[in-house]
Amino acid sequence: MIRKFYDVVVIGAGPAGSVAARYAAMGGASVLMLERDREPGIPVRCAEGVSVNGIEPYIDIDESWVAARINHAKLVGPSGNSAFLRNNGAGLVLERRIFDVRLCELAIAQGVRLLTKANATGLIRKNGVVSGVEFTHDGVETSVACNIVIGADGVESRVGRWAGMDTALALKDLDTCVQYTLDGIDVNPEYCEFQFGNEISPGGYVWIFPKSNHSANVGIGIAGVKAKDKGPKEYLDTFVAKRFPEASATYTVYGGVPTSYMKDEYVQDNVILAGDAARQVNPITGGGIVQGMIGGQLAGETAAEAVKAGKFNRRFLMSYKRKWDKRLGDNQKVMFRLKERFLGMTDGKFENLVNFIKTIPEDKFSMSYLFKEAVKEDPKLMMDVAKSFILSKLKK
Amino acid sequence: MYINQHLCDVCGTCVSVCPVDAIEVFETQVVIDNDVCISCGKCAQVCPARAIGDAL
Repeated sequence: MIRKFYDVVVIGAGPAGSVAARYAAMGGASVLMLERDREPGIPVRCAEGVSVNGIEPYIDIDESWVAARINHAKLVGPSGNSAFLRNNGAGLVLERRIFDVRLCELAIAQGVRLLTKANATGLIRKNGVVSGVEFTHDGVETSVACNIVIGADGVESRVGRWAGMDTALALKDLDTCVQYTLDGIDVNPEYCEFQFGNEISPGGYVWIFPKSNHSANVGIGIAGVKAKDKGPKEYLDTFVAKRFPEASATYTVYGGVPTSYMKDEYVQDNVILAGDAARQVNPITGGGIVQGMIGGQLAGETAAEAVKAGKFNRRFLMSYKRKWDKRLGDNQKVMFRLKERFLGMTDGKFENLVNFIKTIPEDKFSMSYLFKEAVKEDPKLMMDVAKSFILSKLKK
Repeated sequence: MYINQHLCDVCGTCVSVCPVDAIEVFETQVVIDNDVCISCGKCAQVCPARAIGDAL
């Protein structure tokens, strides 16, 4: 039986939603999680690459959902010139369809109730205050009352719109993506490959994330603003025809990745967003699994604190946003500024970047080293970054 | 704007850029409310499946 009231209703059972639900339940809240699809994790709309460090706080690594262990990243510039970033054992390619179910099981073990085939259709308001969620379960209209709604409903972020937040993305802040899982190909399962260039993938990149030595997620994301004449599928098909002419696609999927950042308005009375819905994504890489789990944890913890305090207003819930900014948000805003610079980068600049990475000694490589050196090369970049830093500090 | 349901993958990308909230997602279908739609074309531009056009 579904109860008539839960302290917290989480909409969406992806990594952000299930981690939010788990931490809310661990903090003592009663939690219902609604998943639109018949099973969490499907359809997989994801390149499935993560860092070991990023996911370890949330789940013990288990071979059942590890497709490949990644040692290096290979960056390929427009001319085919390439550089390796070595980082032994730091990455994983997941099987999201198993991984997402495991994360849900961890939530359920803490007392979370999960409903699949449960499609949220709107928020219920009592005297102007959000007091529940309307949804269809197995096609039947129903509803549940609650004090807090956590919207973890992915890129479309409809929960936010129902709550009156402006979650609409500008075309420059959305990557439009296509991915094939290709089989019958020859790939090195030790490294992920990233291909840059305005001919190959304007405003984004092509990725090759191996799942074995004969299969890989091969996908593309291009900036929405650059997708007017040609869409991502045309670019990807051109790439695949050249690189993997004999491949078979065992899976094809479409999707969008927000390349924005989390804003203050994604917290309102009784409603907070997490994951892709809150734009908790690295705006440069488009990576959002770890970011979503961190956002989910902070959202879940804040929801549990709100339940304990009996306070559900925006003022109280804003502690979630402050914790997010400290953890990742301030950094995300800097990355966002850098992304805006990448959007205008010429192929010549991409070549310089690849050549530059080649000069970094293997034992010296780190993001901060790369960053320091990149700033030396390009002082205007430093101005942009400095401005973002100052702005983000002033806001606090 | 109109959606070719044969091409649509129900990924929700169009919903994320709609400035007037004219796109609804049902369990297995995305639907544009043309009474609300202002024909700005953003959804069609970002649709990765190229399933959206300004005519049926």
